[in-house]
Amino acid sequence: MKARRAIAALLISLAGVALVASASEFNTVQNAKSQITFASKQMGVPVEGKFGKFTAQINFDPAKPEAGRAQVEIDLNSIDTGSDDANTEVKRKSWFDTQNFPTAKFVSSSIKAMGGGKFEAAGKMTIKGRTLDMVAPFTFKPEGKDARFDGTFTIKRLSYGIGEGAWADTSTVADEVVVKSSVLVSATPTPISAPIPATKPAPKQ
Amino acid sequence: MASLVTKYGKPAIVFHWLTFILVLSLFPMGGLMKDMPISPEKLQLYSIHKWIGITVFLLTAFRLTWRATHPVPQLPTTMPAWQRSIAGAIHTVLYILLFAIPISGWLMSSAKGVQTVYLGLVPLPDLVSKDQALGELLGSLHDTFALTLGALVITHVAAALKHHLIDRDDVLPRMLPFLKVRK
Repeated sequence: MKARRAIAALLISLAGVALVASASEFNTVQNAKSQITFASKQMGVPVEGKFGKFTAQINFDPAKPEAGRAQVEIDLNSIDTGSDDANTEVKRKSWFDTQNFPTAKFVSSSIKAMGGGKFEAAGKMTIKGRTLDMVAPFTFKPEGKDARFDGTFTIKRLSYGIGEGAWADTSTVADEVVVKSSVLVSATPTPISAPIPATKPAPKQ
Repeated sequence: MASLVTKYGKPAIVFHWLTFILVLSLFPMGGLMKDMPISPEKLQLYSIHKWIGITVFLLTAFRLTWRATHPVPQLPTTMPAWQRSIAGAIHTVLYILLFAIPISGWLMSSAKGVQTVYLGLVPLPDLVSKDQALGELLGSLHDTFALTLGALVITHVAAALKHHLIDRDDVLPRMLPFLKVRK
């Protein structure tokens, strides 16, 4: 029947469109090729560190940046400040209090293009139980089949209560902490044979 | 003519005593700060220790430049030759240590991964990259140099007192102008 063939043709072309669309969306973070580092100042001395463990979910299509989403969760116990003493100290109550707040989390609410490969992700940053609005500028650069997202933003540690009490003195440890993230994301096209189901899959026996 | 002067000039005297006060402050600081638990005070003490150390280095550089361009009073001719050569040797080693201690401290800091920023304003280059083992080595070198300096300063002070109290010559008064040669 003509109608059935027409519907079949339509379905196939829709599937094709879906495939093309999902192929240009970057959505699989490659942790081994990604890093989150931070830099601050102590007594005027630049100090750098990094977070060894984090998870990130990124869905981003440079053609439709406003539809993009990003969620990053950092394991604060994986912090490396460069010295054992400081690594122990920053996990304590007056700093990150990792026993009660083991992670820092950023969830984007909107992403907009700023032109020239630059974007801005607005969202909420939660550290030590405090959630604040944040805007994180980032760049998007294709790297082979993948794409690298480089972001740099500054947080004020005291607004999250990081380094309280005696440590609140910013002439010793500066308030500003520059966080840099460089995340490699690949595009994993969703196979047509296994689309994201609109209905719940049949429960396994 | 060098042989004609009998006293140190004012700048030489100021350089000497300023260095003495600064070096004296560095010893207890260096000893205390290492074993302190991490705190803002510890970070401050480390920075101040480094700043004073760099100041001693600069002061010594100015001082030796001054010394090279101005007459230096000779030691009393009543002193035996062997004492004069020992005094000269100790002075030379004191000057060398006043350079070697801050330099070893600066390199140790770089090797331990902490840049040195003079007065929190002037960053010194990291001449060695981060290397924990090298940091430990430079640290023990720094300590050994400092202890040697301490021992030599004690010898230096004892010798000056011996000159003043036993020999009753002008060796101490020419560095401490308010003192009179004891008769």
